[in-house]
Amino acid sequence: MTAELVRGQNHPLPDTRLEIRVSAGHPVVAGAALGDERGRVPGVEWIAHPVAPSLPGVDVPRQAGADQRLAVDLAAVPETVHRVSVLLALPVGAGGPTSFGKAAAPFVAVTGPDGTEIASYTITGLDSESAVVALELYRRQGAWKVRAMGQGYEGGLAALLGDQGLERPADLAASILAPTAAPTEAPAAAPTSAPATALAPTSESTPAVPGPAQTPGGPISYAHPRRRTVTPQPAPTPAPTPAPHPTQGQSAPTPVAGDAAGWSMDERLYNQVWGMFEDLARTAAAYRSACEFAESRLDRELDETLSDYRSRVSGANDAARSAARARHDELVERAREVLDRDLAQLAVESEVVEPALPPAYARWDNPAWHAYRPPAEEPMAVRLGDLHLPERTELRIPMLVRLPMERGLWVDSGRGRSEAAGLLDETELRRLALDSAVAHAARLLAVHPPGGFAVHVVDAAGAGAAALAPLVDTGVLAAPPARGAAGVTAVLDRLTERVDLLQMALRSGAADALPPGLDEARQLLIVHDFPHGFDDRAVTRLRYLADEGPGVGVHLLIVADREDAAEYGPVLDPLWRSLLRLTPVPDDHLADPWVGHAWSYEPPLLPPGSRILRQVLAQVAEARPAKRP
Amino acid sequence: MTVNMTKGQAISLEKQGGGSLSQVRMGLGWQAAPRRGLFGKRTQEIDLDASAVLFADKQPVDVVFFRHLVSDDGSVKHTGDNLVGGAGQGGDDEAILVDLQRVPVHIDTIVFTVNSFTGQTFQEVQNAFCRIVDETNGQELARYTLDGGGNYTAQIMAKVHRVGSGWQMTALGNPANGRTFQDLMPAILPHL
Repeated sequence: MTAELVRGQNHPLPDTRLEIRVSAGHPVVAGAALGDERGRVPGVEWIAHPVAPSLPGVDVPRQAGADQRLAVDLAAVPETVHRVSVLLALPVGAGGPTSFGKAAAPFVAVTGPDGTEIASYTITGLDSESAVVALELYRRQGAWKVRAMGQGYEGGLAALLGDQGLERPADLAASILAPTAAPTEAPAAAPTSAPATALAPTSESTPAVPGPAQTPGGPISYAHPRRRTVTPQPAPTPAPTPAPHPTQGQSAPTPVAGDAAGWSMDERLYNQVWGMFEDLARTAAAYRSACEFAESRLDRELDETLSDYRSRVSGANDAARSAARARHDELVERAREVLDRDLAQLAVESEVVEPALPPAYARWDNPAWHAYRPPAEEPMAVRLGDLHLPERTELRIPMLVRLPMERGLWVDSGRGRSEAAGLLDETELRRLALDSAVAHAARLLAVHPPGGFAVHVVDAAGAGAAALAPLVDTGVLAAPPARGAAGVTAVLDRLTERVDLLQMALRSGAADALPPGLDEARQLLIVHDFPHGFDDRAVTRLRYLADEGPGVGVHLLIVADREDAAEYGPVLDPLWRSLLRLTPVPDDHLADPWVGHAWSYEPPLLPPGSRILRQVLAQVAEARPAKRP
Repeated sequence: MTVNMTKGQAISLEKQGGGSLSQVRMGLGWQAAPRRGLFGKRTQEIDLDASAVLFADKQPVDVVFFRHLVSDDGSVKHTGDNLVGGAGQGGDDEAILVDLQRVPVHIDTIVFTVNSFTGQTFQEVQNAFCRIVDETNGQELARYTLDGGGNYTAQIMAKVHRVGSGWQMTALGNPANGRTFQDLMPAILPHL
């Protein structure tokens, strides 16, 4: 009797020799990943895919196809394997659907050697995913069972493989998917590490691809569906059996991107980055406190030698002092060893995580930005820069700030205390401040869904026209930058009215009573050259926006030198304190929430000469819904 | 398997297999004794607190308790304050996790204490115990029964200290009086 499984359900397997049939109605690539006790796949050689179709006990088809058969002999898989995951992915550039949501739900059946169906599962509920873990066969108390998984991955096969614990999942995914596409397309798939989904539109739009080469659902050989089922040949892959042992040794596990709790890859990466941030803070705290302790013990012991008159005379003094020094050095050295070990581990993790970050979390030089598409929903957070500690300056942690932002931003165009700012002249610093404010605004625009974020600019004297050009030229602003005192007042009036209205609705619990035409986008007001062009009334309004705005999605981004507003005296201090201070040059002014180290903040830099900012903004402008008449 | 340790007994935290112990948990569980008389069902709430004090060369350098849940270096973590106890019915109501591999190199002793924050003595507490568990396999290394423990409001329970490259645990089980760990400092120092 066939058991029709639902997601998450399991079913015992009466036999170890099985066939898994997939029918999708459109071409899919089928593969299998062999995992150890903890569900990790130790390496590439543990994945059966069209390029390397046979592993001990597992054979998968060599080509993509609408109907696939996988032969499995669970008695023949190595002892260390506790889990066999059946993977499906959409081939790249074959002209088929680019996500499972656009096609019929794939159907998977597990049959015995005689062809009787044991269990079946229809993978429903998939949407924009382009790769899915369909089933999992797993050992439970000596017996094998099957579980319906249906775990889809929006990031495609690369994300799926990364989740299985593999290193360099993007390269592997590309190598698996590349031969399934038409051969002429291979170069298109080769260089970038972007997920497979991002590649698909590119290769489709490549005009050079000859039509006949594409054979969606092309002829599949059914001649020997059970070839080598009984005697899996270990010849092509002799390595697997000894492979897992070194990885299970005492050495630290290899870090994997997305190795944290969360419902989505976005959330997992966010949590992972925060985990790295906390680990780095605490590791540095352990090192610093050990050094401090060594220092204070040395002081104490030196004092003791000095106060002992007898030893002074006898010369034992010197020996005691050098012994104290040696004890100090030994402790510091041991602390340093531990620190280096932890930092090395974090550095390896950072190397893995950084390339896997989506645009909202990625540096501007990350290829993810070249594959940028306006998102369908907003991310959990956005990267506002990098953070590092003096212990290892090259180990940089992304500074992720949750969306919607709880406080406004202030890009400090003043000297402050930082050395880097002291080296620049005033005009240069102001220009840099506005440039980085524009980059922050562009990133915020890009990570929100089209039409979900509106940017207003106040540039009273028009001094920032050059730096603001990327925003103005691409037409992503809600209105041209406001000039002069009248312009400032008009923009502030509009936003104040909006905040007032929304706050009123929020407080009286009558959100549905808002006027129907009200634009629901979040608002960002960039104020350049504050307080130039601001009278007392305008300053009051700005403070109102800073206090009340974030609750209803109205945010501030002020570019200012605090010195310029000195004439207001302490009245503006609460305003500055309520804003998150960022600097256009590296500066150590941010504290972490755990131990309160001073972290050096580094603003996100655009690669020199890069046109990525304009490219991204152009796409944002294009995707923006047409304005209501 | 439960080892009821006797006072002063020391256990080396080396595993049989050779590797030294990496994670230990100090667990604390209790229930308030019911009151007699009118409204007899109403039990008095009793708040016991578990704390861990980190020492370097006999000087306290960090402490983990209900107001400072994680040591600055992240190696010692408190699972959070429980004000009433009893929920677990034999499970840990408060726990402190120690990742011995991450403890900074200068810290050589960690002392675990239990205090009655609300001031009741251990005579008024039911089913109170504290124990040390090897977190990697769940095995209980030491257990003390606190209830009926006499007219005391605190106990200095055990210390974990460095021996060579590994760690050793010594059961102290010393009764004392005090509201928080600060009051216990004079009583702790002789045990270092």
